Amino acid sequence: MPVKSSNNTTANRFARAGYNTIVKRNSVFLTTIFVSAFAMEMAFDSISDRIWDNINKGRQWKDIAHKYE
Amino acid sequence: MFRLSAQTTRQAVQRIAVQARYQSTQASAPLKAKNTAMVAAGVATAGAIAYLTMETVDANMLADGLHAPVLPWDHKKPLATFDHAAVRRGYQVYKEVCAACHSLDRIAWRNLVGVSHTENEVKAMAEENEYTDGPNDVGDMFQRPGKLSDYMPRPYANEEQARAGNAGALPPDLSLMIKARHGGADYVYSLLTGYQDPPAGIEIREGLNFNPYFPGGAIGMARVLYDGLVEYEDGTPATTSQMAKDVTVFLSWAAEPEMDDRKKMGMKAVTMLAILTGLSVYLKRHKWASMKTRKILYNPPTPKKH
Repeated sequence: MPVKSSNNTTANRFARAGYNTIVKRNSVFLTTIFVSAFAMEMAFDSISDRIWDNINKGRQWKDIAHKYE
Repeated sequence: MFRLSAQTTRQAVQRIAVQARYQSTQASAPLKAKNTAMVAAGVATAGAIAYLTMETVDANMLADGLHAPVLPWDHKKPLATFDHAAVRRGYQVYKEVCAACHSLDRIAWRNLVGVSHTENEVKAMAEENEYTDGPNDVGDMFQRPGKLSDYMPRPYANEEQARAGNAGALPPDLSLMIKARHGGADYVYSLLTGYQDPPAGIEIREGLNFNPYFPGGAIGMARVLYDGLVEYEDGTPATTSQMAKDVTVFLSWAAEPEMDDRKKMGMKAVTMLAILTGLSVYLKRHKWASMKTRKILYNPPTPKKH
């Protein structure tokens, strides 16, 4: 419920746009939740995999496998 | 609260009693609950007396084995995987040296794939060994070359054969050796590199060898690692300490093949929990902001004048 006093601030305009596009229809809301969960998971995994491989550069099998194939 | 603690105590007492029953050499019928508690109390008392009268300072390094120094293994760092090149070299040392006497029962050929060797290499290594399989359709067992799913071949068929081949001493299985010994990797490394002449005054029986890291000092296994014993394919100089280090890393992997994945999952879990902690702290402060910034005044009712 938009508050009258802060009707025209930028933040309020963004909040209203977000509410109208995402939250208003339940089907859209649920889809957004599921899609963003998958997206976040994939992003988190690939970022942490990259960090892990960077920490362990040259130690893992995939770093030395090319020598033996 | 009292009931909860009484229950916990009862469970602990029963656990001790169960242990006592298993430690006993006689087969005993299941005890009644009342007797169980009394036996447990007896065991606990005896244990407490034994603990209190025990010598608290004990520097008998010969009997207990010299404590292995703590070595800076890099695979023990919280975010480090095994050095898989070292695992590969260590497998070579195991195969060429240790496997003559020691089994590695819990490692199958397939476990090496993608860890220290390619699939084709492991298939070729497995096929060099004969395995008994069967029965076939007429009921006979037959010999076939090894497959990826086979476990590492054992040097001896059974314990008796192993003892007979080693002057009565049983070479232990190495699958979980790093977890099975006090000191773990440090102990194995120190033992492999710690062979020396017995100090003055210590007699070592024929067929045994002196090693200060081995409890008792007299070990059936002789020193096996000498400089240049194996030839590493990656050109690493095969010094005694290098081979001991590599085979210890290999055995550390054999004891904990899941370590790399476990640490990676740990890193992800800690990161995720840190993010969620931050979010929940923010949410709490957000929700409580109106309460925390509210000024609460209490005006006591003024007594009415009579």
